[in-house]
Amino acid sequence: MRSLLRFLRSEPFAVAGAAIYAVIIAAALLAERIAPHSPTEILRANRRIARYMPASADFWLGTTSSGYDIASQLIHGARTALQVGLTAAVAVVAIGTLLGLLAGYLGGWVDKAVTRLADIVLGLPFLPSMLVLAALTRPGTLTVVCTVAALLWPNTARVIRSQVLSLRERAWVEAARVTGCSNARIMFVHILPQVLPLAALYGSVAIGWAILAEAAASFLGFGDPATISWGVMLQDAYANQALSRGAWNWFVPPGAAILAMALAGFMISRGSEKLLFPKLGGS
Amino acid sequence: MSAVISAENLEKTFHVGGRTVHAVRGVSLAVSAGEALGIVGESGCGKTTTARMLLRLEDPTAGRITFEGTDITATRGAALLAFRAKAQLVFQNPFDALNPRFTIGRSLAEPLRNFGVAKSEHEARIAAAMARVRLTPAADWLDRHPHELSGGQLQRVVLARSLLPGPKLIVADEPVSMLDVSVRAGILNLLRAARDELGLAAIYISHDLALIRYVCERTLVMYLGRVVEEGPTPALIERPRHPYTKALVAAVPVPHVMQDRAPLPIKGALSDAPLSGPGCAFRDRCPLAFDRCAAEAPPLRNIGEGRKLACHLGDEA
Repeated sequence: MRSLLRFLRSEPFAVAGAAIYAVIIAAALLAERIAPHSPTEILRANRRIARYMPASADFWLGTTSSGYDIASQLIHGARTALQVGLTAAVAVVAIGTLLGLLAGYLGGWVDKAVTRLADIVLGLPFLPSMLVLAALTRPGTLTVVCTVAALLWPNTARVIRSQVLSLRERAWVEAARVTGCSNARIMFVHILPQVLPLAALYGSVAIGWAILAEAAASFLGFGDPATISWGVMLQDAYANQALSRGAWNWFVPPGAAILAMALAGFMISRGSEKLLFPKLGGS
Repeated sequence: MSAVISAENLEKTFHVGGRTVHAVRGVSLAVSAGEALGIVGESGCGKTTTARMLLRLEDPTAGRITFEGTDITATRGAALLAFRAKAQLVFQNPFDALNPRFTIGRSLAEPLRNFGVAKSEHEARIAAAMARVRLTPAADWLDRHPHELSGGQLQRVVLARSLLPGPKLIVADEPVSMLDVSVRAGILNLLRAARDELGLAAIYISHDLALIRYVCERTLVMYLGRVVEEGPTPALIERPRHPYTKALVAAVPVPHVMQDRAPLPIKGALSDAPLSGPGCAFRDRCPLAFDRCAAEAPPLRNIGEGRKLACHLGDEA
């Protein structure tokens, strides 16, 4: 416990990242209670639709051109962001770890096939590939998650593979063979637990990427317009010329939220990198 | 006495970056129940590869391995699993031989689980194995992780694990070379006691002639993948016949300053040795080499007293 505290104090970035996540998770869990209005309710003021209201006690961040409360949309948008981020991260970790483990431990043609496929996917430009995939399939958050998973697994798979390559030469892996373990048991019971922390690190990076990707896809019109997300908010603001109207209260908050969450993921992964590889040093 | 394990003309070639390395070239051996065979030789002589082939951790390029009368050279699946239960390995580095994330108890339960021992028997069998290696009471140890134990304690756990499936053969690859000198004898005595009480066949791999002399009845001397001399350990060490064996014996530190033992220096290093072509593989380093050594390789032949030798000099002697 004490060493944990000391670690946290030595890693202000990780603590800041974790704090940002805590705020976002709290907002997502308690969205109904915190948000002053329904994010999909067209609000009225003085019997007219409340368009372009500035920030006030009633509308914390003002309203949109259609009379929606921006603060409420922002709070509910945290839910989508977390859903997209976490499912994408879990998918990236699952696919990357599985393929990396198989390639590293089995070697031979499995290794060749996985590394070749990873090289190809790594060669694809991220955003254009995502747009093509989104255009070919149904727009929506599921598409975004699948695309992020399909494009980001190679980084995880490569790192896990190289880690497994070194682990499988250890005497205790040979001991597992001598004591009758099947290949599957050696991979999933003996080796997997040792590479999971590393996989989780890459998962935390994937969270940031997934949120950026979701925002970008929504902004470009490939998202699901029915969901409330930060990307959809930005797209709405853009389509209604919020910038030229000087409606800073409309487009700055969702942009800042996206930035903060993506940044938090990278800051946490930086901190956990030090925890996992203390010998790397750095400042 | 029939052999527990025997091997005929084992060969192993590795292909490393376009180069072919002949690690083991035609090694034959046999070990009976209750007998201990030593394999000595310097690094890279193929002794560990031979042991790994005998345990089916490496597939031989050529040759045959027979275990309890059955050919196991290429067995797979259930038959291989049955063989694994009967042929166990004691590792050189006890600090690396146990999964660092597993408790001692979990590591010891692995062989029992994998070889299909009923879960209700696990506790009793683990306790018995721990008692055999003098780690008692077992309950004090089972919840610990490997990093909490010393090297000697870890090697006892490794030994206990190897005894748990009820093996007929134990291969010990440099079993004490990573341990403090003070605990070496203890581990070797435990190994010997287990061997005597359970009637196990044992193979010790080492570069240490003192260890081999202490525990092995018979010894093979390997050089560059070949057996160059074989025989009862006391005779082999007291009256070595092959120039390489003589050099190995001469290299053992002598506790008595005045003891008379003529050193027989050999020339060069391992990399100078001819890797192919006709002739004796040892000829470049041999102080006694003559014309015939470059022309034809000496075969391993019987020279009486249960000894075998692969050297042309034996002819004149």
